[in-house]
Amino acid sequence: MSSSTGTASWTDEAARVAHGIRCRALELTLEKNGCYLSQALSSADILAVLYTRVLNIGPSRAPLTPPPFGGVPRPGLHHLGADYNGPRAPHYDRLLLSAAHYAVAVYAALVETGRMAPEALSEFNADGSSVEMIGAEHSPGMELTTGSFGQALSQAGGVALARRLKGESGKVWVFMSDGECEEGQTWEAVQALAHHGLDNVGVYIDVNGQQVDGLTRDVMNIEPLADRFAAFGAAVVTADGHDIEALESAARSGHTGRPLVILCYTNSAQGVELLEERKPNLHFVRFRNQDEINRYRGYLREMQRWRY
Amino acid sequence: MEILTQVHEKNLVAWAKDRPEVVVFSGDLTGSTEIALFKQHYPDRFFSLGMAEQNMMSFAGGMARDGFTPFVHTFAVFMYRRALDQIEMSIAYPNLRVRMFGFLPGITTPGGVSHQAINDIGVLRTLPNMTILETGDATDVESVLDVTQAVEGPVYVRMVRKDIPRLFPAAERMQLGKARILSRGSDIALVTAGICTEEALRATTLLAAKGVSISHIHVTTHKPFGDPAVAQQLACARRAVITMENHTTIGGLGSEVAEMMAENGIGTPLVRLGLRDTYAHGASREYLMREYGLDAISLVHAVEQALDERLEIDEHELAKVRLSEFSGQMQLEAL
Repeated sequence: MSSSTGTASWTDEAARVAHGIRCRALELTLEKNGCYLSQALSSADILAVLYTRVLNIGPSRAPLTPPPFGGVPRPGLHHLGADYNGPRAPHYDRLLLSAAHYAVAVYAALVETGRMAPEALSEFNADGSSVEMIGAEHSPGMELTTGSFGQALSQAGGVALARRLKGESGKVWVFMSDGECEEGQTWEAVQALAHHGLDNVGVYIDVNGQQVDGLTRDVMNIEPLADRFAAFGAAVVTADGHDIEALESAARSGHTGRPLVILCYTNSAQGVELLEERKPNLHFVRFRNQDEINRYRGYLREMQRWRY
Repeated sequence: MEILTQVHEKNLVAWAKDRPEVVVFSGDLTGSTEIALFKQHYPDRFFSLGMAEQNMMSFAGGMARDGFTPFVHTFAVFMYRRALDQIEMSIAYPNLRVRMFGFLPGITTPGGVSHQAINDIGVLRTLPNMTILETGDATDVESVLDVTQAVEGPVYVRMVRKDIPRLFPAAERMQLGKARILSRGSDIALVTAGICTEEALRATTLLAAKGVSISHIHVTTHKPFGDPAVAQQLACARRAVITMENHTTIGGLGSEVAEMMAENGIGTPLVRLGLRDTYAHGASREYLMREYGLDAISLVHAVEQALDERLEIDEHELAKVRLSEFSGQMQLEAL
């Protein structure tokens, strides 16, 4: 929750959450021998700023310990994913996760902000658990089912249009990955958001320049992103994705009549510099031998010693 | 037989009047999908999404999550082909109240392969949560919106447009999961859907006159497909079951009937009329129905083959058949 005691305290809190996300993601990568680690490292500051400062959301309505998978959506079955982000109310914001591969980062953010029990992370990718590796709308923090990329921004448009028709003041925030800018649907969505003047949509994009096959610029160049989003009708802000104050002030940029796109340039090894050696193949990090495991374990112990 | 025009166009305006949750999405085909009148009456509930179907389908899912019921209108091919993953992940998986109105079914358009939805039912039938309806006459079109209303999840409606016949009395409305039994008989069970029902009716009158005893069933719910009355009619057919569909014979009505027969242990030979694992091309509906064996004479030939006898019905006779309304109360009792 945002603090009212001044700039220093909220940035400290955001930095603490970001550091916690990175620690927990590395810990899980070691514990489960494989995880979407680099995504958590690049996005930790963005999610920390969202959950501690930007999002106007209420307290979690879901149990601290997520129940096991209870079935696919059907009438009468209420999915808990979005409940971790608080109740629905006209004035509250919504957070829609577009790149579901960032699930671990969201789970860790929920733990660091007291919305989920730390023990729940041990259920990550466990059979029968709702804390899935690439989650869906039953997974903590997820309102949509977005493992297939590029669909959340369009769905956010539908949610935002509905909220506008209902006269709701809450905003619809989307967290996206830069790789999704390769999908044609992303541009269809931006064009539609701009066409319908949906200025109740804000988008944080983690531009970490990485995808499965390597560097985005080698696999399929997406730059110049700022020019492209502007040309499609969005208000664009570019920020250092690890600068907490810049990430926060970007959310307050004016964008009347247009969606807001915040391009957050990040490093996919941020906070775990050891991982630089594995670039550019960081999509799914799995340690290959005992020596590696020992080195990263040592690194994690150092990280865990450093607390805000 | 009465011919009506722009049935959906007028019906939608009347039907949506007191349903403020109903919003209409257009994919740049407002006139072609009969929603221009809706746009005129309710401009605040009409949204132009342009030629961007993937976005349109996901957008609809988002809106349905927040309490609205989007009625998405475009040509069927642009929905189930261009945006299948969006239909699956943004609509079908979360089981949302989105209504998809797919126009230009099968070979009803001279637009050729790019515009002809020849496998929409087959593709969409494999999607969990999806309900699939098909219209074949003005009464079906007038009542299909009421049918969708009762369904909590997504519904795909295969629509006919412009000038369409009234085959069934206006008061005998389409019902979910219930086929229309147009005649009862014991030689042949004939199952048709969409525009094939009207075409089949040209032949069944003459076939009955030649002494062939036919059960004729008009299907409007492709999924869920399990009307026990249909299974009963299939079981009664002594010589053959024939399906006739404006769709490939793989995955659509022919497959639905085959599955029903297998599950009910009905061992009668099954003849599936339809597009035989082929794409079509651009030409008139009449031309294509003849070319692909979807016309009345093709049905006569299929019946002759099933019965192994010549019925001496020629195309001139078929052309002379005048159709009247087919009422459930006035079924041909050709037993």
